[in-house]
Amino acid sequence: MPRLNSIPELEKLRAECVAGSDAQRPCLTVCAGSGCSAAGAEDLLTALRKAVEKAGMKDQIDVKSTGCHGFCERGPVMLVWPEGTFYNRVTASSAAEVVASVCNGHKPVEKLLYKDPVSGKKCLTEEEVPFYARQTRVLFANNGRIDPKQITDYLRVGGYASVAKVLGGMTPEGVVETVTKSGLRGRGGAGFPTGVKWSLCRANGKPNGHGEIERYIICNADEGDPGAFMDRSLLEGNPHSVIEGMIIGAFALGAKQGFVYVRAEYPLAVKHLHVALQQAEELGLLGDNILGTGLNFRIRLVQGAGAFVCGEETALIASIEGRVGEPHPRPPYPVEKGLFGKPTVINNVKTWASVGHIVNRGHEWYSAIGTEKSKGTMVFSLVGKINNTGLVEVPMGITLHEMIYDIGGGIPNGRSLKAVQIGGPSGGCIPADLIDLPIDYEQLTKAGSMMGSGGMVVMDDSTCMVDVARYFMEFLEEESCGQCFPCRQGTQEMKAILTRICEGRGKEEDLDTLQDLGWLMKETSLCGLGQTAANPVLTTLRYFRSEYLAHIRDEVCPAKVCKKLIVYEINPTVCDGCGACVKVCAGTAILGEKDRAHKIDQAKCTKCGACMEVCKPKAVLVS
Amino acid sequence: MATETEVIPEILAQFDQTRSSLIPILQEIQNQYRYLPQAMLRQVAQKLDVPLPEVYHVATFYNCFSLEPVGRNLVQVCLGTACHVRGAPKVLDRLLTDLKLPAPGTTPDMEFTVRTVRCVGCCGLAPVVRVNDSTHPNMSQAKVKGMLKKYYSKPAAQ
Repeated sequence: MPRLNSIPELEKLRAECVAGSDAQRPCLTVCAGSGCSAAGAEDLLTALRKAVEKAGMKDQIDVKSTGCHGFCERGPVMLVWPEGTFYNRVTASSAAEVVASVCNGHKPVEKLLYKDPVSGKKCLTEEEVPFYARQTRVLFANNGRIDPKQITDYLRVGGYASVAKVLGGMTPEGVVETVTKSGLRGRGGAGFPTGVKWSLCRANGKPNGHGEIERYIICNADEGDPGAFMDRSLLEGNPHSVIEGMIIGAFALGAKQGFVYVRAEYPLAVKHLHVALQQAEELGLLGDNILGTGLNFRIRLVQGAGAFVCGEETALIASIEGRVGEPHPRPPYPVEKGLFGKPTVINNVKTWASVGHIVNRGHEWYSAIGTEKSKGTMVFSLVGKINNTGLVEVPMGITLHEMIYDIGGGIPNGRSLKAVQIGGPSGGCIPADLIDLPIDYEQLTKAGSMMGSGGMVVMDDSTCMVDVARYFMEFLEEESCGQCFPCRQGTQEMKAILTRICEGRGKEEDLDTLQDLGWLMKETSLCGLGQTAANPVLTTLRYFRSEYLAHIRDEVCPAKVCKKLIVYEINPTVCDGCGACVKVCAGTAILGEKDRAHKIDQAKCTKCGACMEVCKPKAVLVS
Repeated sequence: MATETEVIPEILAQFDQTRSSLIPILQEIQNQYRYLPQAMLRQVAQKLDVPLPEVYHVATFYNCFSLEPVGRNLVQVCLGTACHVRGAPKVLDRLLTDLKLPAPGTTPDMEFTVRTVRCVGCCGLAPVVRVNDSTHPNMSQAKVKGMLKKYYSKPAAQ
């Protein structure tokens, strides 16, 4: 594609992209995000292409792979355009049927439609599916429509229009003002006002020998929170929206070089971003003299090497510089002294992607969404013990109840909600009785948790809260960089205490020690990792103290999770002697003849619970 | 495979010879060799003019680097929060039992290396195990044996 040398040339190309795509032409878009890919999306795509060819419709029907549609639970999912018919759990074997239906007047394939489990009604389009109906999709609006590997697709849906708007007549100050007025706050978790961060960075820096002030911008895509994958899905599904935000940021901040720091654990995101950067460079949207306006800006892709602490901004900077990811105390903040000692703005993937929308649609539009202090939409990954797992984009201020029951479809297997863990290892567990809590930065902090990057792990009554606290502490102990004493020793000690409690060897004084250690780490750790490390422990202590006491006083794990405190048994009156458990037993602990009731040898039982998983008549009991 | 002395200049040529190229260079070596051979670390230190202890510091700090050779198949058990609450620890235990490994590591026949990872971002399909480039969704203890079977170089070795 030829390089674009002016804004009118960009608009001309966009007009060509729009004209070149017949809106009425049938198109099959298959979600090829990591989730659906693992569920077989690639096979489905191949099968669809073959079926189209076989039907002789290669020139009439398009087949496209897109980014994540969000409804991972029902993957692979796909849409049939122009109607937008939504199919779920589509396997390669159904490909021919889908293509045949398109050829025969678009009569939907009934069996692939989503059936609302509450009303029993079949849903034709995404809008009819309750999971989508309650969402406000801004950042993820185009994920199911565009091929992330085609910049023309992004242009067709209005991509890079905000870059044209900014370069066509806005001042850097004007851009910063728009972002400030929108009320956008950092989507990485801490919620610092983005416009304020940009203003601070602009106020810093000294001119070099050429009279230029060197500043850098960084996109933090080191999404390390276990249980969060929205940044990954955005980079996989719509990488240009992030690049667009960064170009605007470069203009506003006077940065010539930007970096995207992505986890290496996200190979597809790396690949799509790489392609997107290349295409943007070819079109002259990155590089020297962007659109003939004199703006010079490049973006380098940096892959993380697997360290949770690198999500912390100073550690991330160290990592880009080729050093170990050890944070340094702030101040100086990166906006004063960041990458290579120069003023630097680091924003999260979703923050950058929001910028284009704000510029395009105006700060009034953005600030009308959300609550008084938390504006706009937030993307959550709704996972764990929930019926509809997936990615959810909602306006700030939505209640947990709406998230879990209206969008998430409630708790599976007839179990009850116990807690919601929000914000990853730095966040906390919010108990079921706070379910009417509106979700915004302030409310979550008040409840002892935090927004974090938006991981939302739902836990039911079969989840042990002490075990969850131990899990996070084990994670943080491993990921602590070890530089400062309170975090290094604190996480080790807390893990040891929690392990003891899980094994029924805890003492009541341990709870006070945990509380004290938590306070100490919060006050004295060097970086955010250590300062928030105690949150999962402190919130579970605050809301689930009785569960800790049950482990300590009665040596009982009420959720029947902690191995040392549970016993598996087979109910002889229910067991039909099928032998399925014998095959899976890890410790050859199950005895019994075929068709006769079996028995577990407690001395050999490793408490793996595999027998319970496979037992059809549900004869295996845990107590 | 080319010898180490041939590979290093080739890899180095892809990057600026600066400090900030250290991690990308090590990542490239890790990608090609699946571990970081000691001799290569020495050469990288020399070429980039970074003290060897610092190169080791970086190589041991980040999880994606390994100083030990990795088995023919890399099995990564996700221990993210969603996977944890949906039973990932049990899947890990079963995997280790089946491979007769006392802890995550490499089997003596070099067929498998088991590692734990914190979140591969497939939380909707938890628990997941990634073997080489394939992601196995909705894992259970009962599925472990069948999954491993697919990856043995010699089926009879089982």
